[in-house]
Amino acid sequence: MKQFLSFVQKEFYHIFRDGRTMLILLGMPVVQILLFGFAINMEVQNIRTAVFDPARDAATTEISGRIAANSYFNEQKHVHSFHEINRLLQQGEIDVAVVFEQNFNENLVHTKKAQIQIITDASNPNTGTIVANYVTAIIGEYQKEKLQLNAIPYQIVVENKLLYNPEMKSAYTFVPGIMGLVLMIICAMMTSISIVREKERGTMEVLLASPIKSWTILIAKTIPYLSLSLINLITILLLSAYVLHVPIQGSLALLIFISVLFIFLALSLGLIISTAVRTQEVAVIISGIGLMMPTLILSGMIFPIDNMPLLLQWASTLVPARWYITAVKKVMIEGLGIAYIIKELSIIAGMIVFLIGVSIANIKYRLN
Amino acid sequence: MITVKKLHKTYEKVTALNNLSFTVNDGEIFGVIGPDGAGKTTLFRILASLLLPDSGSAEMNGLNVVKDFKKIRKIIGYMPGRFSLYQDLSVEENLKFFATIFNATIEDNYHLIKDIYRQIEPFKKRRAGALSGGMKQKLALSCALIHKPEVLILDEPTTGVDPVSRKEFWDMLKKLKTDGITILVSTAYMDEAGMCDRIALMREGNFIATDTPENIISAYQETLWAVETENMPASLRDLRNHPKVKTCFAFGNRHHITVQPNLSEAELQDYLKVKGYANIVVEPISPTVEDCFMALTNA
Repeated sequence: MKQFLSFVQKEFYHIFRDGRTMLILLGMPVVQILLFGFAINMEVQNIRTAVFDPARDAATTEISGRIAANSYFNEQKHVHSFHEINRLLQQGEIDVAVVFEQNFNENLVHTKKAQIQIITDASNPNTGTIVANYVTAIIGEYQKEKLQLNAIPYQIVVENKLLYNPEMKSAYTFVPGIMGLVLMIICAMMTSISIVREKERGTMEVLLASPIKSWTILIAKTIPYLSLSLINLITILLLSAYVLHVPIQGSLALLIFISVLFIFLALSLGLIISTAVRTQEVAVIISGIGLMMPTLILSGMIFPIDNMPLLLQWASTLVPARWYITAVKKVMIEGLGIAYIIKELSIIAGMIVFLIGVSIANIKYRLN
Repeated sequence: MITVKKLHKTYEKVTALNNLSFTVNDGEIFGVIGPDGAGKTTLFRILASLLLPDSGSAEMNGLNVVKDFKKIRKIIGYMPGRFSLYQDLSVEENLKFFATIFNATIEDNYHLIKDIYRQIEPFKKRRAGALSGGMKQKLALSCALIHKPEVLILDEPTTGVDPVSRKEFWDMLKKLKTDGITILVSTAYMDEAGMCDRIALMREGNFIATDTPENIISAYQETLWAVETENMPASLRDLRNHPKVKTCFAFGNRHHITVQPNLSEAELQDYLKVKGYANIVVEPISPTVEDCFMALTNA
């Protein structure tokens, strides 16, 4: 026990005395949360509009007024030709142009039909579609009110209800994803690096020739990163609750329980990497490409798994973060209880048993 | 007591140890002397239970290095060839850490390391990485000794250390010997051979001679001269071309040559003069361990 504690203390010395690594370890989740939360945002805001309105009647003024008043829309320019619209779009000064036909209100009242053209800059297809949808929605809203005034006998009203994330904030999907990513990288990468470093520096040779047991070394190596990960977990949850305003709907205890389980999984992955490689560089590459890429791409954090080709969907079942992120979403965002994440929990637990088994089988008592 | 029987180890095509057998007595300083690549490190790693031999056996104080590796690791102090302590830990923290993992305390065995550690104690708060080469080795030796090992295995402990620290290091080993510790030490410096009780000259996985340094030197049969001229590199070639010169090697600022008994010093001086050398010195010398090593390798 004394051996173990002294080893853990030594590991903490290594971490605390390497200021840069310390900064990366504790700063990474903060930067990622803020990056994903603010910079990398699927919402489109500050939309700049141009209105080409030859009619200038009650209806067109009302519609363009509503667009201008919408919080997603920013400035509004009035233009007098298609040529001008083209120029503004090409120069990137506007994101969308709204074109009314002549005699808009007259046509609307008398022929019951008036036309509006929405021109968007679709060089970024997502933004283009989203902006067009925003404008359509505003016009639809106007039309609906008109219809009610005129009391048409029947109509079908479609009402969308967006459960769990009514404001469609992208932070809701990114926060669980970042939790998976950060915990995976810190635990797996740092544990493997710290063990491989001992091999590289030759200290492992001295440790092996001493009475200390191999598994004592391995467990002692994981403790500091386990505690750092818990600190990071708390940082992420605080940031997401108070800065990104993503509330924790479900049980906090359950959320921490899943996370600790996932941390164990990542730690055992780190141990396996460390037994397989000899240099720190290789450890970084393996954990970077072998763990970070799948976590980013195949976990459902960025790309929905249901949209993937079947082969990738199968591959994604092997990515531990996929199950962790799903479970976190269910508990944190949807507020579900343990009964709803039994599947994810069992898969994670199964993976842990397998990985720890492999790392025990891989423990080396000698140099190879 | 170390007993090694027919120890054999190969790496792919290279034979690192070739059926090596020897014994080291209790409380003896046994030096394994040979150039890089002779197999010294492989031998020491097998004895420290860090590598498995292909065949043969080795026992230390009755414990087999393969079967009883856990017990072996309690009784040995092992110092690898490369400095293998934690560079970002202080001198004191390193020593304390290694004491703890051997279930010992600094206080218990302070008397063992006192003479060595006292020299680095003024720097005990300094990070090990910031120590000089000699101080690093003293710290490493302290760490290898702190659990009072029965056998000390030191792989090239003086490589890269200045001559003064090397001398001090060997004085410490002599002192440890009086505490009854069996010391197995390797070195590539032939001049350190005289510090050992017995030495083994090692080359390409074989011990080409095993005896006390004195016996190895007295077994030397050749006529040995030292030669100096003002142009050493050129004279090496000319000396080797002389029909009565058997071998000629550069030893620092002199050449050591072995000659056939019927060659006289004057004859050789004349030969060199004719070749155009000036300031020629030729004198008979008594052999060193290195001369013996050279003679044995060329035999």
